[in-house]
Amino acid sequence: MSAAAEAVAGESPAHAFRIALVGNPNCGKTALFNALTGARQKVANYPGVTVERKEGHITTPEGRQVSVLDLPGTYSLRARSPDEVVTRDAVLGRLAGEAAPDVLVCVADSTSLRLVLRLMVELKAVGRPIVLALNMFDIAQRQGIDIDVARLSKELGVPVVTTVATRKRGLEDLLAQVDRLMAADLVAPADDPGVWHEPSVAEIRAAHRQAERTLKDCVKPPARPDTLTGKLDAVLLNPVGGILILLAILFVMFQAVFSLARPAGDLITEGLSQASTYVTASMPSTGWIGLLRSLINDGIINGVGSVIAFLPQILVLFLFIIVLEDFGYMARAAFLLDRLMGAAGLHGRAFIPLLSSHACAIPGIMSARVIDNRRDRLTTILVAPLATCSARIPIYTLIIGAFVPAKTVWGFASLQGLVMFGLYAAGITSALIVAFVIRRLFWRGSAEPFLMQLPDYKVPDAMNVARGVWQRGEIFLKRAGTTILSMMILIWFLSTVPLAPAGATGPAIDYSFAGMIGHTLEPLLRPIGFNWQISVALIPGMAAREVAVGALGTVYSVSGEGSALGGVLAHQWSLATALALLAWYVFAPQCMSTLAVVRRETNSLKWPLIMFGYMLALAYAAAFVVYHVAVALGG
Amino acid sequence: MNPPSETNSLAEARKGDRGLVVQVGGEAYAGAGGVDAAEIERRLLEIGFVEGARFEILHEGLFGRDPIGVRLDDLTVALRRREAAQVRVRFVHEAAVAAAEAPAPLPDEAAA
Repeated sequence: MSAAAEAVAGESPAHAFRIALVGNPNCGKTALFNALTGARQKVANYPGVTVERKEGHITTPEGRQVSVLDLPGTYSLRARSPDEVVTRDAVLGRLAGEAAPDVLVCVADSTSLRLVLRLMVELKAVGRPIVLALNMFDIAQRQGIDIDVARLSKELGVPVVTTVATRKRGLEDLLAQVDRLMAADLVAPADDPGVWHEPSVAEIRAAHRQAERTLKDCVKPPARPDTLTGKLDAVLLNPVGGILILLAILFVMFQAVFSLARPAGDLITEGLSQASTYVTASMPSTGWIGLLRSLINDGIINGVGSVIAFLPQILVLFLFIIVLEDFGYMARAAFLLDRLMGAAGLHGRAFIPLLSSHACAIPGIMSARVIDNRRDRLTTILVAPLATCSARIPIYTLIIGAFVPAKTVWGFASLQGLVMFGLYAAGITSALIVAFVIRRLFWRGSAEPFLMQLPDYKVPDAMNVARGVWQRGEIFLKRAGTTILSMMILIWFLSTVPLAPAGATGPAIDYSFAGMIGHTLEPLLRPIGFNWQISVALIPGMAAREVAVGALGTVYSVSGEGSALGGVLAHQWSLATALALLAWYVFAPQCMSTLAVVRRETNSLKWPLIMFGYMLALAYAAAFVVYHVAVALGG
Repeated sequence: MNPPSETNSLAEARKGDRGLVVQVGGEAYAGAGGVDAAEIERRLLEIGFVEGARFEILHEGLFGRDPIGVRLDDLTVALRRREAAQVRVRFVHEAAVAAAEAPAPLPDEAAA
């Protein structure tokens, strides 16, 4: 209230104009935002909360410089999730450090106006100038929905324009209305926008009746209703067939993530190793320069490498997710999986974060933002790193290659492949079990209600998909990238300093902090079958799981990460030790970056510590059991 | 305000059932995650479950026929039967739904 008043008082003729896009979920709001602002947009976080803030800049026909805010979709200003709190506070001008928008643009899906007309009742109570944009107007016309735009505008008392965001139609009209309202607004300053209050159930019902009357007066129902959605849903939401199709889609998606992205990832890795070779060749290995060389090679190039080597996978993954989302399928996937996820105490929407976590837990944890309820979201974040991320693949491949015979079982299946599949299954199964235990023991009671719209299917717009994928990639590079890089440099420091004394016989890492920590931990890890070499390799392995492979190579003084190391390990380790290490890697929190991102996303140190503790306990217990069972069976 | 005897809970509806929403909220609801009976009533209203709305059950999930996909006037909403228990409906045959185009007076209007 006072912030809003200040914001209004702070307006001067020279102030930058602001508009905000508000609307129901799935109304094409982001497409309209993209059409308006093009490439001139910036994605950041609102301070203190993990809600994405999308802002862009435009110049109106009358030459006003206007910043456009794309607010999270909502059915009401009554906030129930962090996203909706942002929408409410932005509309009311209560956001710290931000003036209230001069004009609200309410974006509507022209084919389904009922709910947005009710939202309009609330928005009008705010007292700001509003333009109603009837978006996806082409689809409404195709369906023969007859909307009396002039009458709608008269009944609502706000200008109404029609837009087709994907074709950039109607944007001039929209901006002309924004200009008109802004000019008027400058003459008569906006009312104090403090009149909105949370509507009671009676007020919501009254607003519905009002919306219903407006709808009856101004909109004739479709002459040619959309039948595609019904036909597709009959197949895609078929209780059995729908789940089979979902599994097939997931299968294709995984294949694509690994087969499409792998060559690109390999190319990046190859390029970086070239860079590394160049650095090695052009810098001496001794003295301070040698240390600098090691920092550049093992810290920075490795660090940057492990960030961008994941980028192709993450881009392919998000390409699928965004296409499926824009098509309208993600809501269906949540519908199909809700009961299954619900049995584990997770929300249907937790499906997206868990799926992403199979590439890398970091985008998975970041996408847990789609879950409204705090406990549901925390549960999802806590279990996401148990999904088998691709950083586990190198270590799984190394151990399986060295210890599991390459033979065929049941006539067709490769035993090595089966073990790999078993490790994936162990990952996702344990994630579901842990979620179940968290919900049963700590947060009793059922999860957030499952209540969501199943939007009509739409052909995704290529430009919007491309922009979405690009933005995901950028966010990953910026947020995760900086975190991962700094963690890699920290781990490099621990594994390098102090330097090995002159004439040292053992591997250099043995003399470093990592070596000391590893040796100190060794007695603790002996009961689960780990020798000191493994203990030492686990420390740099905290940077990212796949780094442990290189670290093992260093400890055993084997250059190259391929079959040479596998051969050495096959001689040095018992099968029981190898299996225990596999079990360890299913659960262990061997990734500082994940912990750092959890800290960031939960805004507290408590949750990464809980995650670290429970995963470590599980890893130790699993490795202990596996080791002793294997020893007892003669491994 | 007891619902008339011929109304049913939406939670009991099966695929293909159609009719009119008679009453939203007012049933016992074991609240969870800060969502109590009043809150679930508001959320149901906001997503389009409002007295007088026409509905049809379009989809049922595989396990326990849960959740359900409900056509509500011009939109489709998915929800669990647990939440659907907050909605009382009157089943109507197709012809009767068309005849009932002009919605009956809403319960709270009548009460007010």
